[in-house]
Order: sequence, then structure tokens, then C-alpha cells
Amino acid sequence: MITIFCNGESRRLDRVMSVEELMVSLGLNPETVVAELDGRILSRPEYAVTPLADGATLELIRFVGGG
Amino acid sequence: MSAFFLPVAGGCCPAKKCYHPARRWGSIRDLESRSSKEGLVIFVNDQSLPHEPGMRVADLVARMKPGADVVIINGFPAPPTAVLADGDHCWLIRRGEVPSATEMDHLLHARHTPGVHAVLRQATVGIMGLGGLGSPLAVALARMGAGRLLLADYDMVEPSNLNRQHYFIDQIGLPKTVALAATLARVNPYVAVECIEARLTEGDIPRYFAQVDVLAECFDDPAMKAAALRSALRDLPGAGYVGSSGVAGYGDNNAILTQRLRPRVYIVGDGESEAQPGQGLMAPRVGIAAHHQANQVVRLLLGVDEER
Repeated sequence: MITIFCNGESRRLDRVMSVEELMVSLGLNPETVVAELDGRILSRPEYAVTPLADGATLELIRFVGGG
Repeated sequence: MSAFFLPVAGGCCPAKKCYHPARRWGSIRDLESRSSKEGLVIFVNDQSLPHEPGMRVADLVARMKPGADVVIINGFPAPPTAVLADGDHCWLIRRGEVPSATEMDHLLHARHTPGVHAVLRQATVGIMGLGGLGSPLAVALARMGAGRLLLADYDMVEPSNLNRQHYFIDQIGLPKTVALAATLARVNPYVAVECIEARLTEGDIPRYFAQVDVLAECFDDPAMKAAALRSALRDLPGAGYVGSSGVAGYGDNNAILTQRLRPRVYIVGDGESEAQPGQGLMAPRVGIAAHHQANQVVRLLLGVDEER
């Protein structure tokens, strides 16, 4: 079991997953999300290849369309 | 009715420099008169002139610029019967005439206070997307006398834009950059406007906007909103940033917020109201968000960046 801190709340993951897999599991379209992992802003290609380690702190900023 | 809506006690309006017979002109005159006590002077279209006590606005117009329709004293309109005072700054303008750059500069200086205008006129602001957010934002910044605006959009004006975007029937079919630049020139011809007629990508943004003081993200597409924030956070650390998310429909006015993500980085909107069937983008609410963005740009330019 892995515990991460996502947007200030602790969240348990039953396996190692990438940032992108977490986004999808939360019902988010990764294209519309900015991710900061342990204080670093990830580039878009990193989402799929960056695993969430135990204790990681993740901030997700989701955008909705319209302007 | 709450006290919030009651008239301000003790004056015709809360502005210190309001022109009203009971109040007379305010602080600019007071400052200038101190420096010009030796010989009485007034300033007419930025040239000093000996002041004759008792001179009225109508006398000044007849002498300096017959036919001037609009007389601005210390930033505010004055009637022909108003009596001029030592140190007054007067601008005489004929209807239909375009004020000179110096005149516009002084008018904005008087309106916005010296501290605000001096900063704004030196500022460069990038605006990405010229739709319902970007077009009113650009107009607001032109009215503020922002020095330089970089306007980016790849689209042309379509009839469906006119329900909320700052374009006109006779601009349908023009590139939005060209149409908006023309409108801004009618608002304030002394704002330097540069158009980027391109579909921006994440990689372009740092290159196009390397020189901006503040970057405003006004895209429609949520993927580009995310891409722009990512790009700014990663590659434009010196720039202020004002993004947007959740501006559709006619939901609660007060659900539109300006939230600080980190120092000098803000997102405007309710975060949820997505443009979709049954929840369209409409002038009033998109306009609220656009002006949240505009005011936040101004605040960042003026160095205000408080944690709430």
C-alpha cells in the first residue's frame, strides 16, 4: 500500500501508479491538468512515466473550458 | 438596505478630485500651487502661462483655443463658468480631435494618480486568446494606459462571438488580433499593440512572452489553459500570471474568485462552470471574470501580491 498526499489530503493507492494513471482514476482528463510533484511542475510527457512514490506530495490543478 | 449602499456622507462623491462647486479641485492643484507661489501660473495643454486671478474657463478657451468643447481641469471636466486657480492643469480639447500623446498621458496621470500611471505606462502585458476574456481584458488595460500589449490569437471574428466578445458586426471575418488592435487604437492610440496571429503551443509561449511583466491566459480550450500555466511556471519564472477556469453560464456572480496559486500566480473563475451544451458563455459572467483578470494584472503590475 502506498500513501500519497494529493491536494492536501492523504490518499491510499493499492499499487504503484503513474501520475497520469492517478489522474484518469480520479476522472480527470490529463490534458486539462497541471501537476506539481514534490514541488516540481511536471512537463506533459512526464505524466505517464512518473511513478508516485510512497509519501509523495502531489498538487493537481484542473481546468475547465470556456473563455 | 445596508450601509454599503448609502450615499457617502460629507461630499458629492468619494473621489478626492471630483469637480463639484462645493468641493473645488483637489490635491494636484494644492501641490502645484506650492511650487508656483512666486509667480502665479496655470498649465494649459502642458505649457505654463501666467495666471490672472479671477480668470474663468471660458476666458481661457477664448484666448488659447477658441472652439474647444471640452475643458479638463486637473483630470476632471469643468464648466465654462469655473474660475481657474493658481497651479491648475488645464486641457482644452475640440470635439473629434485626437489628444496628443502628452495630453493622453497627463489625462491618465490625473485620473489614475501619478503612482499608478507611471507604472502602467511602462508595463508590457501578454494576452493569450482574444475571446470573451481576452478582448474585454485588453480593452480595460488600454483604458488604463498600459504601455504595451502583446495580443495572441489565431481565430477570426465570427457572428457567434458577438454575444460576449468585444468585436463589432463590421469586423466579422477579420483576424481577432487585427480587429481588436483597431478597437484599442480608438480607445487609446498610444498603447503599443503587437499582434501574434498564431495558434500558440506550449513550446511557443516562453518565446513569445519572454519580455512580459504579466501574462494573462484567456484561452477557451482547457488543454491550452493547462499548457499555458505549465509553460509559465516552468519557463517564465519572472512574469506574473493570471489564468482562468470556470466562467460559463449565469451562475452566482460571487462564485467567481481570484485565487492565488503561488506568489504572482493567480487563477480567476469558479473552477467548475465549464462551457458546454446548456451552459453557454455569456457576456455578463465572462465579463466579470475578464475584469477580475484585468484588475489582478493591474495589481501585479503595481506590486500588490498578498496572500489572503
